[in-house]
Amino acid sequence: MADLVIKNLHVAVEGKEILRGIDLTVREGEIHALMGPNGSGKSTLSYALMGHPKYEITEGSVTFDGQDLLELEVDERARLGLFLAFQYPQAVPGVSVTNFLRMAVNAHRGVLSSDTRNDDPDAPKPIKIPEFRKLLEAAMDLLKVDRDLIRRYLNDGFSGGEKKRVEILQMAMLNPHVAILDETDSGLDIDALKIVAEGVNTLVTERGMGALVITHYQRLLNHITPEFVHILVDGKIVADGGPDLAKQLEADGYEKVLEGFGVELPARHGGDANKKPKTAGVAVGASA
Amino acid sequence: MTDITPVATTELTDAEADAVAMGDYKYGWSNDDSASNYAFKSERGLSEQTVRDISAHKNEPQWMLDERLKAYQYFLDRPMPEWGADLSGIDFDNIYYYIKPTESQAKSWEDLPDDIKDTWDRLGIPEAERKFLAGVGAQYESEVVYHKLREDLEEQGVLFLDMDSGLREHPEIVREYFGKIIPHNDNKFSALNTAVWSGGSFIYVPKGVHVEMPLQAYFRINAENMGQFERTLIIVDEGASIHYVEGCTAPTYTTDSLHSAVVEIIVKKGGRCRYTTIQNWSDNVYNLVTKRAEAYENAIMEWVDGNLGSKTTMKYPAIKLMGRGAHGEVLSIAFAGKGQHQDAGAKITHMAPDTSSVITSKSISKDGGRSSYRGLLAVKPGATNSKSQVICDALIIDPQSQTDTFPYIRIDEDDVEIGHEATVTRVNEEQLFYLRSRGLTEEQANAMIVSGFVEPITKELPLEYAIEMNKLIQLQMEGSVG
Repeated sequence: MADLVIKNLHVAVEGKEILRGIDLTVREGEIHALMGPNGSGKSTLSYALMGHPKYEITEGSVTFDGQDLLELEVDERARLGLFLAFQYPQAVPGVSVTNFLRMAVNAHRGVLSSDTRNDDPDAPKPIKIPEFRKLLEAAMDLLKVDRDLIRRYLNDGFSGGEKKRVEILQMAMLNPHVAILDETDSGLDIDALKIVAEGVNTLVTERGMGALVITHYQRLLNHITPEFVHILVDGKIVADGGPDLAKQLEADGYEKVLEGFGVELPARHGGDANKKPKTAGVAVGASA
Repeated sequence: MTDITPVATTELTDAEADAVAMGDYKYGWSNDDSASNYAFKSERGLSEQTVRDISAHKNEPQWMLDERLKAYQYFLDRPMPEWGADLSGIDFDNIYYYIKPTESQAKSWEDLPDDIKDTWDRLGIPEAERKFLAGVGAQYESEVVYHKLREDLEEQGVLFLDMDSGLREHPEIVREYFGKIIPHNDNKFSALNTAVWSGGSFIYVPKGVHVEMPLQAYFRINAENMGQFERTLIIVDEGASIHYVEGCTAPTYTTDSLHSAVVEIIVKKGGRCRYTTIQNWSDNVYNLVTKRAEAYENAIMEWVDGNLGSKTTMKYPAIKLMGRGAHGEVLSIAFAGKGQHQDAGAKITHMAPDTSSVITSKSISKDGGRSSYRGLLAVKPGATNSKSQVICDALIIDPQSQTDTFPYIRIDEDDVEIGHEATVTRVNEEQLFYLRSRGLTEEQANAMIVSGFVEPITKELPLEYAIEMNKLIQLQMEGSVG
């Protein structure tokens, strides 16, 4: 079972502890939402799970597909079936989306060098071009991706919305067991949001993908219905619930909802926390 | 859906895959180079007698011998250049200046001795000729052993010969242009080439003739301590056009070889010439080449220069924009790996009004390699309304590697428009993390960043060469790790 099991995870950045004991399990076919005010550590969790070198694991464990995830290199984690849809995807000038996708698909098939001539008949072989095209066409249809977009250089000069769509296109092509979507809703207009949500729902229902949807706002959750909602405050999950919890947050704001759980927002979230977190695009509190 | 353009994902041939598996240079094999295997092999070292012997061996006219001797004297008198790469490792006395591999030139690959034919097969030249070339010349050591031009081009009056045959069959043209663009006293190495030159290409494209498919010359050094000194002369007549491509490889030896070519090009009114080099010498070759073109009224001259191999390269393809409206362009890629110094660049001189030029240089330094851009842009008085743009981008893969830029600009005219941009980029950790999070290994991610970095140049190449260039870069990125 390709479950992602996080136990008592502590993460520090440049010596400062950001996550202070996270416990969370994402199973195949489950959708989890991780919500919380800015600065609570949501993005730190996604980077730490993917293995960014800047994020130091100081305590705890993470297993994925039965393996110790923290022992693995970034690319090994990816090939094992973990995917991160980035909040801020990097541009790679000169490399078209198509070529990038083909290389990534091949890497997932185990083609890790240009030595594609191998006498061993069981050695991994690169995907045939017609097969690749078919996969790509299907993924683009699912996500209504403009054909011009894949000829352009990866994320180079893309709008925020284009970047997010291409993140989800990559997810559809790479077929992960568990995907972390880090603020994928930011930068998307309502139509794009619906399409992206539909794509995620399809992967979850048809392919049994597990999803950890990190978001500040409810609006993505109007289209992706999580079974589990977790609220992260100051590096700890302080509240768990079902889809109603997200709706409650939408209606009442973090402070009031958390009061019900007997949790007080730390002072640095101050006045911001009183606002209802529904107005997309308004920065709240410290940056993530 | 668009066609998928070749980037670093292209499948490799068996020979290339062997090389990847071995983690070394894929062209490093050699044939037997003992004297008995050749039609003629000179003694090591250079003397006036060597120069006379080469000329006598080729039955040259007196004027060419005189030219050679003058150049030899100049070579002796001129000190080694101190301003660029370190050349102190060259031992002129240890080099073979002339090796004739076969008695006569073949018109068919089948007529070549087996080991030489095998060499070209392994390099894929006969296959390339069948698929997409209009003509091929193949030089092995000092002589062009195979030469062929498509018949329809011959019928249109296109001349494509090795330089020695050019001199024999068209002495009047050769005498008119030889050494006129690059005189023997231009520099120490053009003098050396003029003294001992052998082989190279002689091309004449008549007025209005467009050679649509590329002509290719391939230069192979096989013997240890070989000196290869080919000489190329290209004349593109009015309104004519041509694309000439050269490739170069050599075996890997522990001692050094020397390649010192001279290439002279004249593009007449309204003509167009593109000269593409994919230089991939082994890392024991000093590559010291002088290349210069003159472009007349409304002519276009383009140098596309890929320097991937060699121990040390010093090469600055030059264009003199002689006539109104002429355009010159130099696109260059330099890849400096372990122990390599690529000192490359461009020289453009605006001599006439309304002329324009673009220099785009991309360099990559890895595993302690050093790449230098050295360029000269000059605008002479009277070259009004000239425009030029120089773009130099350097990419550094690791902290041990090095890059430097020496851009010289001399403007003697007010009415000009000049732009110069230079950037130095280090591979960025966030980019690497992003690519690795998609399953690419660190090497694959680096190779992808590099192929994207040079894409503005590879996209200018014909498809087959773009694939080749990307493969070579991929091999460079995957080789010599750690």
